[in-house]
Amino acid sequence: MNIPVYNIAFAAAAACASGMSEALRSIGKKTNVIVFAGDGGTVDIGIQSMSGAFERGTDFLYICYDNEAYGNTGMQRSGATPLGAKTTTTPGGKTHAKKDIDMIIAAHNPPYMATACGAFPQDLFKKVQKALTFRGPSFIHILTPCPPGWRYSTEKTVEIGKLAVKSGMWVLYEREYGKLSISSPSKVAIKKPIPLEDYLTPQGRFKGIDEKTLNILKQQVAKNLEQLAREESGIC
Amino acid sequence: MVSTGNKAVAIAVKQVKPEVIAAYPITPQTEIVEQIAEYVTTGELKSRYIPVESEHSAMAACIGASITGARTFTATSSHGLLYMHEMTNWAAGARVPIVMANVNRALGPGWNIWAEHTDSIQERDTGWLQVYVSTVQEAYDTTLMAFRIAEHDDVLLPVMVNLDGFALSHIMQSLETIDLGDFIPPLHLPHAIDPKNPMGYGTLTGPDEYFKFRWEIERSMRDSMKIIQATEKEYAERFGRTYGFTEDYRCDDAKVVIVSMGTLGKEAEVSVDVLRKEGIKAGSMRLRWFRPFPKLDFGSKDVVVIDRDYSFGFGGVLANSIRAKCGIPVYSVIAGLGGQEVTYDDIAGFVRDRRIGDELWFGVEPNV
Amino acid sequence: MFEVRIHSRGGQGGVTAARLLALAAIRDRKYASAFPFYGAERRGAPVVSFVRIDDKPIKVYSQIREPDLVIVLDSSVMDVVDVLHGLKKGGTVVINSAHKPNFPGYKTYNVDLTDIALKANLVVAGSPILNTPVLGALAKLGLITAASAKKAIAEMFTDERNIKAADAAFQEMVI
Repeated sequence: MNIPVYNIAFAAAAACASGMSEALRSIGKKTNVIVFAGDGGTVDIGIQSMSGAFERGTDFLYICYDNEAYGNTGMQRSGATPLGAKTTTTPGGKTHAKKDIDMIIAAHNPPYMATACGAFPQDLFKKVQKALTFRGPSFIHILTPCPPGWRYSTEKTVEIGKLAVKSGMWVLYEREYGKLSISSPSKVAIKKPIPLEDYLTPQGRFKGIDEKTLNILKQQVAKNLEQLAREESGIC
Repeated sequence: MVSTGNKAVAIAVKQVKPEVIAAYPITPQTEIVEQIAEYVTTGELKSRYIPVESEHSAMAACIGASITGARTFTATSSHGLLYMHEMTNWAAGARVPIVMANVNRALGPGWNIWAEHTDSIQERDTGWLQVYVSTVQEAYDTTLMAFRIAEHDDVLLPVMVNLDGFALSHIMQSLETIDLGDFIPPLHLPHAIDPKNPMGYGTLTGPDEYFKFRWEIERSMRDSMKIIQATEKEYAERFGRTYGFTEDYRCDDAKVVIVSMGTLGKEAEVSVDVLRKEGIKAGSMRLRWFRPFPKLDFGSKDVVVIDRDYSFGFGGVLANSIRAKCGIPVYSVIAGLGGQEVTYDDIAGFVRDRRIGDELWFGVEPNV
Repeated sequence: MFEVRIHSRGGQGGVTAARLLALAAIRDRKYASAFPFYGAERRGAPVVSFVRIDDKPIKVYSQIREPDLVIVLDSSVMDVVDVLHGLKKGGTVVINSAHKPNFPGYKTYNVDLTDIALKANLVVAGSPILNTPVLGALAKLGLITAASAKKAIAEMFTDERNIKAADAAFQEMVI
């Protein structure tokens, strides 16, 4: 990768990007400032600085690669860990729902935001390209399956990503100035989602998940898909 | 049994049964937090575990819990400790007996996960008691004692137990656990929040009152020395292991003493044996309690101080503390920063080549 | 003091191997410490773990520079790591391999731990477990007693297959 990379403390990524962006813009440079942060640095420890940067309309792209736990330190839970998932600090399965960072970002009314997954590389590529055309803050949330953390065999990574989308537990979409457009793979999932178990069962982190939790997850997935479908079609 | 340093801390915490534990993971502390989470999940430990979103919140949550009269614990390291710094100051000022394990790790940038003391050394002014341990057994024993010391009526200050990152946190050694019995009495916080007797806490304190509160912290710090001594004495009597403000090895007839903290203090004992074989009468003093800083007496011995920390523009903090407090010149060696390897041969070299009054940055050529 | 260095790749259980060995030595009423060196941790990256065994308390924490024994759990690390670095003259090498390596000047032993693990069906997440069988090999070497090796394995793992694999390695190890 032939671009400069600046590493900063977890809590400070967006604030640091803010400073960088302002400094570059003040001398007329249009250099893209891109934050690459994990879910921990976005949803938990980094949320304050990210919210501030978005609220101020900072010209930057914020990418959250979400492996749904604190991967760097050995897979402890994060706010982005889904309900029922085992991590080293939720050995019995997380008892709280995944924090909806997309809704939180949407509440900041950014010019552009999107969700993506490496299993759909062209979709991700297009979204990043598009994000960089906007002035102001943009946000891309990438579901990043993690073999050791989610407990599955490495070669299944793309498949797991696809299952996430096909089951509807991960929805691919974009919002331009708040206007929702659902990406094709998720349009298919909305019409005909595969059973959630198909996505959960291959992952060791969901092993032993109880019926009640599984049902809550199913309800949440169904509700979310329904809401997004209705919003896109203009019925609210 | 056997245990790593981190796990030993978790085992001790399980035995003292804090009501609330709020912690955020950071390498190399993570095993403490994970082990505690497992104890809570299996029901072995009935604490409320709050997986907070940052270290600042971890300390804030501990303060909130502690001021209700609950026993609390947290653990962190390096940048986590730094991120907590506003709140560590708050905890001491609020006079809450939080116990925290800090796994000593260097500060970035450059990003470095290995052992260095600068993180906790930077907390030295806060009003926290600080102790540095060097074996898995000591990590366990000291964590237990920390709760009793912190919660004592004459102390009521938070206590930080420091373990070298990786060198102690991740090493596996023998561990003998004890049956606590009544060694740690229940916590009775005199100023705990009481809806029946409502008070305002931490409100505006003007220039003619504030300094009195600061003096109270200092007074308790000074009083804590007697409590530390008494606690360690009782621990020795009941459970058979003796500690102290320092661990002295072959110092009695020594002509030169190596002073250090943490695992280097153990490595230095090996150096002492090497030097003694060469006819050099060396001794090692491993400083355990850094706050309150104890009274040290070196007589006419040469003092070689190893600092695994630095205060830029000033010098090694331990060396200068000894200079200032004991009124003696020392040979100050800065070694082990960022996990830099320091072997017993290296330490023996510091002693052989010592220049009292000078400072050596180990590994930097040439030293200015 | 006897010093051991163990070479493996991240995720193979090299650190656990060190801990098992130290635990077995402690059950033999010796003093022991085990510790890893962590670099940039990732699955598959070379990992080094250390064990010290002595009749008196071990006060050394610095890395082992001149081991008496080197254990190689994954021979592929030898492409990128000089596993013999610092090994004492006449020191011992135990390598997980079907073939006896040629390291002149050292006592070399090979045991096909991978094969033993696979035959004992001692496989987790697709990887053969090498750290319990290697203890059997080390017991044959006389570094720890077979009884303590079994004790250590039983203390850390409940699955019977671990002991079976250690037994097999003990049998296969040719002194």
